[in-house]
Amino acid sequence: MNKVVYGLLLGAVLGAFDGMTAWFTPAVRDQMMGIVIGSTFKGLVVGVCSGYFARKVNSLPLGILFGLVMGLFFAYLVAAMPDPSGKHYYFEIMLPGSIVGAIVGFATQRFQPATQRVAH
Amino acid sequence: MEWLSNNVLKHLREVSEMPDLPGVRYRLGEVLGRGGMGVVYRAHDLELQRDVALKVLAIGDTDSERMQREAQVLARIEHPGIVPVHDVGTLEDGRVFYTMKLVRGSRLDEYCRQPHPVPDLLRLFQRICEPIAFAHSQGIVHRDLKPANIMVGQFGEVLVLDWGVARVLSEPEPDGEVIGTQNYMSPEQSAGLNTDIDARSDVYAMGCILQGLVQKPAKPLRSIARKATAPERDRRYSSTVELADDIGRYLDGLPVSAHPESILDRARRLLSNNRTLVALILAYLMMRILLFWFART
Repeated sequence: MNKVVYGLLLGAVLGAFDGMTAWFTPAVRDQMMGIVIGSTFKGLVVGVCSGYFARKVNSLPLGILFGLVMGLFFAYLVAAMPDPSGKHYYFEIMLPGSIVGAIVGFATQRFQPATQRVAH
Repeated sequence: MEWLSNNVLKHLREVSEMPDLPGVRYRLGEVLGRGGMGVVYRAHDLELQRDVALKVLAIGDTDSERMQREAQVLARIEHPGIVPVHDVGTLEDGRVFYTMKLVRGSRLDEYCRQPHPVPDLLRLFQRICEPIAFAHSQGIVHRDLKPANIMVGQFGEVLVLDWGVARVLSEPEPDGEVIGTQNYMSPEQSAGLNTDIDARSDVYAMGCILQGLVQKPAKPLRSIARKATAPERDRRYSSTVELADDIGRYLDGLPVSAHPESILDRARRLLSNNRTLVALILAYLMMRILLFWFART
Protein backbone atom coordinates (compact mmCIF):
# COMPACT_ATOMS: atom_id res chain seq x y z
CA MET A 1 0.00 0.00 0.00
CA ASN A 2 1.37 3.42 -0.88
CA LYS A 3 0.82 6.74 0.87
CA VAL A 4 -1.93 7.87 -1.51
CA VAL A 5 -4.00 4.69 -1.07
CA TYR A 6 -3.38 4.81 2.68
CA GLY A 7 -4.51 8.44 2.79
CA LEU A 8 -7.60 7.58 0.72
CA LEU A 9 -8.67 4.74 3.01
CA LEU A 10 -7.90 6.54 6.27
CA GLY A 11 -9.53 9.75 5.04
CA ALA A 12 -12.67 7.84 4.04
CA VAL A 13 -12.89 6.01 7.37
CA LEU A 14 -12.26 9.11 9.50
CA GLY A 15 -14.58 11.15 7.27
CA ALA A 16 -17.34 8.59 7.72
CA PHE A 17 -16.74 8.60 11.49
CA ASP A 18 -16.79 12.41 11.55
CA GLY A 19 -20.07 12.39 9.60
CA MET A 20 -21.62 9.91 12.00
CA THR A 21 -21.01 12.26 14.93
CA ALA A 22 -23.77 14.41 13.41
CA TRP A 23 -26.11 11.99 15.16
CA PHE A 24 -25.41 13.96 18.35
CA THR A 25 -27.00 17.03 16.73
CA PRO A 26 -30.73 16.21 16.79
CA ALA A 27 -31.58 18.97 14.34
CA VAL A 28 -29.78 17.22 11.50
CA ARG A 29 -30.45 13.57 12.41
CA ASP A 30 -32.90 13.16 9.54
CA GLN A 31 -30.13 14.07 7.06
CA MET A 32 -27.62 11.54 8.43
CA MET A 33 -27.20 9.59 5.21
CA GLY A 34 -26.31 12.66 3.16
CA ILE A 35 -23.97 13.95 5.86
CA VAL A 36 -22.10 10.65 6.15
CA ILE A 37 -21.72 10.30 2.38
CA GLY A 38 -20.57 13.91 2.00
CA SER A 39 -18.18 13.65 4.93
CA THR A 40 -16.75 10.36 3.63
CA PHE A 41 -16.18 11.86 0.22
CA LYS A 42 -14.57 14.95 1.78
CA GLY A 43 -12.27 12.76 3.89
CA LEU A 44 -11.39 10.66 0.87
CA VAL A 45 -10.36 13.71 -1.19
CA VAL A 46 -8.35 15.19 1.72
CA GLY A 47 -6.71 11.77 2.23
CA VAL A 48 -5.66 11.50 -1.42
CA CYS A 49 -4.27 15.07 -1.39
CA SER A 50 -2.42 14.47 1.90
CA GLY A 51 -1.02 11.15 0.66
CA TYR A 52 0.21 12.77 -2.54
CA PHE A 53 1.73 15.64 -0.53
CA ALA A 54 3.43 13.16 1.84
CA ARG A 55 5.00 11.43 -1.17
CA LYS A 56 6.50 14.72 -2.32
CA VAL A 57 7.33 16.40 1.00
CA ASN A 58 8.81 14.53 3.93
CA SER A 59 7.96 16.80 6.88
CA LEU A 60 5.62 16.02 9.74
CA PRO A 61 4.72 19.66 10.60
CA LEU A 62 4.12 20.54 6.94
CA GLY A 63 2.08 17.36 6.48
CA ILE A 64 -0.13 18.24 9.44
CA LEU A 65 -0.51 21.82 8.22
CA PHE A 66 -1.35 20.67 4.70
CA GLY A 67 -3.97 18.21 6.00
CA LEU A 68 -5.44 20.91 8.22
CA VAL A 69 -5.73 23.41 5.36
CA MET A 70 -7.17 20.82 2.99
CA GLY A 71 -9.63 19.67 5.67
CA LEU A 72 -10.64 23.26 6.31
CA PHE A 73 -11.07 24.01 2.61
CA PHE A 74 -13.16 20.96 1.74
CA ALA A 75 -15.17 21.30 4.94
CA TYR A 76 -15.90 24.89 3.89
CA LEU A 77 -17.20 23.63 0.55
CA VAL A 78 -19.52 21.24 2.40
CA ALA A 79 -20.54 23.85 4.97
CA ALA A 80 -21.32 26.35 2.22
CA MET A 81 -24.25 24.11 1.24
CA PRO A 82 -27.21 25.03 3.48
CA ASP A 83 -29.60 22.50 5.00
CA PRO A 84 -33.25 22.40 3.78
CA SER A 85 -34.15 25.21 6.20
CA GLY A 86 -31.40 27.38 4.68
CA LYS A 87 -29.17 27.22 7.74
CA HIS A 88 -25.39 26.91 7.44
CA TYR A 89 -23.27 24.90 9.91
CA TYR A 90 -19.84 26.47 9.32
CA PHE A 91 -18.29 25.91 12.75
CA GLU A 92 -19.88 22.49 13.24
CA ILE A 93 -18.43 21.21 9.98
CA MET A 94 -15.23 23.22 9.44
CA LEU A 95 -13.62 22.94 12.87
CA PRO A 96 -13.79 19.14 13.27
CA GLY A 97 -13.16 18.71 9.51
CA SER A 98 -9.88 20.62 9.74
CA ILE A 99 -8.70 18.48 12.66
CA VAL A 100 -9.64 15.27 10.82
CA GLY A 101 -7.57 16.62 7.91
CA ALA A 102 -4.64 17.27 10.27
CA ILE A 103 -4.88 13.69 11.59
CA VAL A 104 -4.85 12.33 8.04
CA GLY A 105 -1.87 14.60 7.21
CA PHE A 106 -0.04 13.30 10.26
CA ALA A 107 -0.81 9.67 9.47
CA THR A 108 0.26 9.88 5.82
CA GLN A 109 3.58 11.43 6.86
CA ARG A 110 4.19 8.73 9.43
CA PHE A 111 3.12 5.86 7.16
CA GLN A 112 5.96 3.97 5.54
CA PRO A 113 5.14 1.82 2.52
CA ALA A 114 6.23 -1.84 2.79
CA THR A 115 9.19 -1.42 0.40
CA GLN A 116 10.64 1.44 2.47
CA ARG A 117 10.20 -0.55 5.67
CA VAL A 118 12.32 -3.33 4.20
CA ALA A 119 14.96 -0.86 3.03
CA HIS A 120 15.32 0.51 6.58
CA MET B 1 76.83 17.47 47.82
CA GLU B 2 73.95 18.97 45.82
CA TRP B 3 70.44 17.46 45.87
CA LEU B 4 68.61 16.95 42.62
CA SER B 5 65.24 18.67 42.34
CA ASN B 6 62.06 16.68 41.76
CA ASN B 7 61.77 18.04 38.24
CA VAL B 8 65.25 16.86 37.37
CA LEU B 9 64.53 13.46 38.87
CA LYS B 10 61.29 13.20 36.89
CA HIS B 11 63.09 14.16 33.70
CA LEU B 12 65.84 11.61 34.36
CA ARG B 13 63.26 8.91 34.96
CA GLU B 14 61.47 9.77 31.72
CA VAL B 15 64.69 9.81 29.74
CA SER B 16 65.82 6.48 31.16
CA GLU B 17 62.45 4.96 30.30
CA MET B 18 62.45 6.26 26.74
CA PRO B 19 62.96 3.42 24.32
CA ASP B 20 66.14 3.29 22.31
CA LEU B 21 65.09 3.25 18.68
CA PRO B 22 68.19 3.21 16.44
CA GLY B 23 67.46 -0.23 15.02
CA VAL B 24 63.84 0.39 14.14
CA ARG B 25 62.03 2.57 11.64
CA TYR B 26 60.32 4.84 14.17
CA ARG B 27 61.21 8.27 15.51
CA LEU B 28 59.94 8.76 19.03
CA GLY B 29 57.54 11.53 20.06
CA GLU B 30 55.86 12.46 23.33
CA VAL B 31 54.30 10.11 25.87
CA LEU B 32 50.59 9.56 25.13
CA GLY B 33 49.75 7.45 28.13
CA ARG B 34 50.90 4.93 30.66
CA GLY B 35 49.20 1.66 31.43
CA GLY B 36 49.84 -1.11 33.89
CA MET B 37 52.05 -2.91 31.43
CA GLY B 38 53.72 -0.30 29.32
CA VAL B 39 54.07 3.23 28.05
CA VAL B 40 52.47 4.49 24.85
CA TYR B 41 54.38 7.05 22.79
CA ARG B 42 53.55 8.96 19.67
CA ALA B 43 56.04 7.82 17.05
CA HIS B 44 56.65 8.60 13.41
CA ASP B 45 57.01 5.74 10.97
CA LEU B 46 59.94 6.84 8.79
CA GLU B 47 59.22 4.36 6.02
CA LEU B 48 55.49 4.97 5.61
CA GLN B 49 55.70 8.61 6.73
CA ARG B 50 52.84 8.46 9.19
CA ASP B 51 52.32 8.91 12.90
CA VAL B 52 51.64 5.78 14.91
CA ALA B 53 51.23 4.89 18.57
CA LEU B 54 54.13 2.83 19.92
CA LYS B 55 53.56 0.77 23.02
CA VAL B 56 56.64 -0.45 24.79
CA LEU B 57 57.09 -2.49 27.92
CA ALA B 58 57.96 -0.34 30.93
CA ILE B 59 61.54 -0.52 32.26
CA GLY B 60 61.82 -3.28 34.82
CA ASP B 61 58.77 -5.12 33.51
CA THR B 62 59.93 -8.47 32.28
CA ASP B 63 56.62 -9.77 31.03
CA SER B 64 57.50 -9.50 27.34
CA GLU B 65 55.36 -12.52 26.67
CA ARG B 66 52.24 -10.67 27.76
CA MET B 67 53.09 -7.70 25.55
CA GLN B 68 53.62 -9.99 22.60
CA ARG B 69 50.38 -11.77 23.40
CA GLU B 70 48.51 -8.45 23.50
CA ALA B 71 49.80 -7.66 20.01
CA GLN B 72 48.78 -11.11 18.81
CA VAL B 73 45.31 -10.79 20.32
CA LEU B 74 44.86 -7.41 18.66
CA ALA B 75 46.02 -8.80 15.34
CA ARG B 76 43.43 -11.57 15.60
CA ILE B 77 40.48 -9.25 16.02
CA GLU B 78 40.31 -7.07 12.97
CA HIS B 79 37.37 -4.72 13.40
CA PRO B 80 36.84 -0.99 12.73
CA GLY B 81 36.21 -0.54 16.45
CA ILE B 82 39.47 -2.15 17.53
CA VAL B 83 42.84 -0.44 17.09
CA PRO B 84 44.80 -2.29 14.39
CA VAL B 85 48.36 -3.42 15.08
CA HIS B 86 50.93 -2.42 12.45
CA ASP B 87 54.14 -3.96 13.67
CA VAL B 88 55.67 -5.85 16.57
CA GLY B 89 59.32 -6.16 17.50
CA THR B 90 62.07 -6.00 20.11
CA LEU B 91 64.18 -2.97 20.93
CA GLU B 92 67.94 -3.13 21.31
CA ASP B 93 67.53 -3.07 25.09
CA GLY B 94 65.43 -6.22 24.83
CA ARG B 95 62.06 -4.65 25.49
CA VAL B 96 59.14 -5.76 23.34
CA PHE B 97 57.16 -3.07 21.52
CA TYR B 98 54.36 -2.90 19.04
CA THR B 99 52.97 -0.11 16.97
CA MET B 100 49.34 0.53 16.26
CA LYS B 101 47.10 3.11 14.66
CA LEU B 102 47.34 6.48 16.35
CA VAL B 103 43.86 7.23 17.60
CA ARG B 104 42.76 10.84 17.60
CA GLY B 105 39.86 11.79 19.82
CA SER B 106 38.99 11.74 23.48
CA ARG B 107 38.55 9.03 26.05
CA LEU B 108 34.95 8.15 26.86
CA ASP B 109 35.23 9.62 30.38
CA GLU B 110 36.54 12.91 28.95
CA TYR B 111 33.93 12.86 26.19
CA CYS B 112 31.13 12.46 28.75
CA ARG B 113 32.25 15.50 30.71
CA GLN B 114 30.71 17.63 27.96
CA PRO B 115 26.91 17.62 27.78
CA HIS B 116 25.46 15.29 25.14
CA PRO B 117 21.83 14.33 24.46
CA VAL B 118 20.93 10.97 26.00
CA PRO B 119 19.97 9.34 22.65
CA ASP B 120 23.39 10.29 21.22
CA LEU B 121 25.14 8.75 24.23
CA LEU B 122 23.06 5.58 23.90
CA ARG B 123 23.84 5.26 20.19
CA LEU B 124 27.50 5.68 21.10
CA PHE B 125 27.08 2.94 23.68
CA GLN B 126 25.59 0.66 21.02
CA ARG B 127 28.63 1.30 18.83
CA ILE B 128 30.92 0.33 21.73
CA CYS B 129 29.06 -2.98 22.01
CA GLU B 130 29.86 -3.89 18.39
CA PRO B 131 33.66 -4.46 18.57
CA ILE B 132 33.23 -6.20 21.90
CA ALA B 133 30.64 -8.55 20.42
CA PHE B 134 33.01 -9.22 17.55
CA ALA B 135 35.86 -10.06 19.95
CA HIS B 136 33.50 -12.40 21.82
CA SER B 137 32.66 -14.13 18.56
CA GLN B 138 36.40 -14.74 18.17
CA GLY B 139 36.58 -16.23 21.66
CA ILE B 140 38.23 -13.21 23.27
CA VAL B 141 36.99 -11.42 26.39
CA HIS B 142 38.41 -7.93 27.07
CA ARG B 143 38.24 -8.14 30.88
CA ASP B 144 39.17 -4.50 31.46
CA LEU B 145 36.42 -2.46 29.86
CA LYS B 146 36.13 1.01 31.35
CA PRO B 147 35.66 4.54 29.98
CA ALA B 148 39.42 5.13 30.03
CA ASN B 149 39.87 2.25 27.58
CA ILE B 150 37.37 3.56 25.05
CA MET B 151 38.23 6.31 22.61
CA VAL B 152 35.66 8.42 20.81
CA GLY B 153 36.95 9.82 17.55
CA GLN B 154 36.28 13.22 16.04
CA PHE B 155 33.40 11.84 13.97
CA GLY B 156 31.83 9.78 16.75
CA GLU B 157 33.66 6.59 15.80
CA VAL B 158 34.49 4.33 18.70
CA LEU B 159 37.69 2.39 19.40
CA VAL B 160 38.19 -0.09 22.20
CA LEU B 161 41.75 -0.03 23.53
CA ASP B 162 44.02 -1.91 25.90
CA TRP B 163 43.52 -5.59 25.20
CA GLY B 164 46.57 -6.41 27.31
CA VAL B 165 44.64 -8.46 29.85
CA ALA B 166 42.16 -9.97 27.40
CA ARG B 167 41.30 -13.60 28.03
CA VAL B 168 41.47 -15.98 25.12
CA LEU B 169 38.78 -18.47 26.04
CA SER B 170 40.44 -21.38 24.26
CA GLU B 171 43.57 -20.98 26.40
CA PRO B 172 43.29 -22.31 29.96
CA GLU B 173 43.97 -19.81 32.73
CA PRO B 174 44.27 -20.77 36.38
CA ASP B 175 42.02 -19.21 39.01
CA GLY B 176 43.48 -16.88 41.60
CA GLU B 177 44.84 -13.81 39.86
CA VAL B 178 42.41 -10.88 39.97
CA ILE B 179 42.45 -9.01 36.68
CA GLY B 180 40.43 -5.90 35.85
CA THR B 181 39.55 -2.49 37.26
CA GLN B 182 37.72 -2.28 40.53
CA ASN B 183 34.49 -0.44 39.69
CA TYR B 184 34.02 -2.27 36.41
CA MET B 185 34.97 -5.78 37.45
CA SER B 186 32.35 -8.53 37.50
CA PRO B 187 31.97 -10.56 40.73
CA GLU B 188 33.65 -13.57 39.10
CA GLN B 189 36.66 -11.39 38.20
CA SER B 190 36.83 -9.89 41.68
CA ALA B 191 36.83 -13.41 43.09
CA GLY B 192 39.69 -14.38 40.76
CA LEU B 193 37.56 -17.08 39.14
CA ASN B 194 39.27 -16.82 35.76
CA THR B 195 37.77 -20.06 34.49
CA ASP B 196 34.27 -18.57 34.97
CA ILE B 197 35.04 -15.55 32.83
CA ASP B 198 33.14 -15.28 29.56
CA ALA B 199 31.32 -12.70 27.43
CA ARG B 200 28.99 -11.97 30.35
CA SER B 201 31.92 -10.56 32.34
CA ASP B 202 32.29 -7.88 29.66
CA VAL B 203 28.51 -7.40 29.71
CA TYR B 204 28.86 -6.56 33.41
CA ALA B 205 31.52 -3.93 32.68
CA MET B 206 29.35 -2.49 29.91
CA GLY B 207 26.49 -2.23 32.39
CA CYS B 208 28.76 -0.24 34.71
CA ILE B 209 29.76 2.01 31.81
CA LEU B 210 26.07 2.51 30.95
CA GLN B 211 25.33 3.54 34.54
CA GLY B 212 28.00 6.22 34.35
CA LEU B 213 27.03 7.36 30.88
CA VAL B 214 23.51 8.62 31.56
CA GLN B 215 22.73 10.80 34.55
CA LYS B 216 19.19 10.30 35.89
CA PRO B 217 18.25 7.49 33.52
CA ALA B 218 14.66 6.56 32.77
CA LYS B 219 13.18 3.44 34.40
CA PRO B 220 13.76 1.09 31.44
CA LEU B 221 17.37 2.26 31.15
CA ARG B 222 17.91 1.64 34.85
CA SER B 223 16.50 -1.87 34.39
CA ILE B 224 18.84 -2.50 31.44
CA ALA B 225 21.87 -1.44 33.49
CA ARG B 226 20.63 -3.51 36.45
CA LYS B 227 20.24 -6.60 34.29
CA ALA B 228 23.69 -6.13 32.74
CA THR B 229 25.28 -5.81 36.17
CA ALA B 230 23.42 -8.66 37.85
CA PRO B 231 25.77 -10.40 40.31
CA GLU B 232 24.75 -13.82 38.92
CA ARG B 233 26.07 -14.38 35.41
CA ASP B 234 22.97 -16.24 34.31
CA ARG B 235 20.75 -13.26 35.01
CA ARG B 236 22.79 -10.91 32.81
CA TYR B 237 22.41 -10.44 29.06
CA SER B 238 24.12 -13.35 27.40
CA SER B 239 25.99 -11.04 25.01
CA THR B 240 26.68 -7.39 24.25
CA VAL B 241 24.54 -7.86 21.11
CA GLU B 242 21.52 -8.56 23.33
CA LEU B 243 22.41 -5.56 25.48
CA ALA B 244 22.75 -3.28 22.44
CA ASP B 245 19.45 -4.61 21.07
CA ASP B 246 17.65 -3.68 24.27
CA ILE B 247 19.17 -0.20 24.11
CA GLY B 248 17.97 -0.02 20.50
CA ARG B 249 14.45 -0.98 21.56
CA TYR B 250 14.52 1.74 24.22
CA LEU B 251 15.65 4.29 21.63
CA ASP B 252 12.84 3.22 19.28
CA GLY B 253 10.28 3.65 22.05
CA LEU B 254 9.59 -0.08 22.26
CA PRO B 255 9.39 -2.22 25.42
CA VAL B 256 12.76 -3.52 26.61
CA SER B 257 13.34 -7.09 27.73
CA ALA B 258 14.86 -5.99 31.04
CA HIS B 259 11.83 -4.01 32.13
CA PRO B 260 8.46 -5.77 32.50
CA GLU B 261 5.90 -3.06 31.84
CA SER B 262 2.82 -2.41 33.90
CA ILE B 263 -0.30 -1.19 32.09
CA LEU B 264 0.49 2.31 33.33
CA ASP B 265 4.08 2.13 32.01
CA ARG B 266 2.79 0.89 28.68
CA ALA B 267 0.22 3.67 28.44
CA ARG B 268 2.85 6.25 29.37
CA ARG B 269 5.24 4.92 26.74
CA LEU B 270 2.59 4.87 24.02
CA LEU B 271 1.49 8.38 24.96
CA SER B 272 5.01 9.76 24.88
CA ASN B 273 5.70 8.05 21.54
CA ASN B 274 2.53 9.45 19.95
CA ARG B 275 2.18 12.87 21.54
CA THR B 276 1.15 14.64 18.34
CA LEU B 277 -1.48 12.07 17.41
CA VAL B 278 -2.89 12.04 20.95
CA ALA B 279 -3.02 15.85 20.94
CA LEU B 280 -4.88 15.86 17.61
CA ILE B 281 -7.40 13.24 18.75
CA LEU B 282 -7.96 15.09 22.03
CA ALA B 283 -8.42 18.36 20.12
CA TYR B 284 -11.02 16.66 17.89
CA LEU B 285 -12.91 15.18 20.84
CA MET B 286 -12.85 18.46 22.75
CA MET B 287 -14.09 20.28 19.68
CA ARG B 288 -16.94 17.80 19.30
CA ILE B 289 -17.90 18.04 22.97
CA LEU B 290 -17.86 21.86 22.85
CA LEU B 291 -19.97 21.93 19.68
CA PHE B 292 -22.40 19.47 21.23
CA TRP B 293 -22.59 21.56 24.38
CA PHE B 294 -23.16 24.79 22.42
CA ALA B 295 -25.85 23.10 20.33
CA ARG B 296 -27.72 22.07 23.47
CA THR B 297 -27.54 25.48 25.13
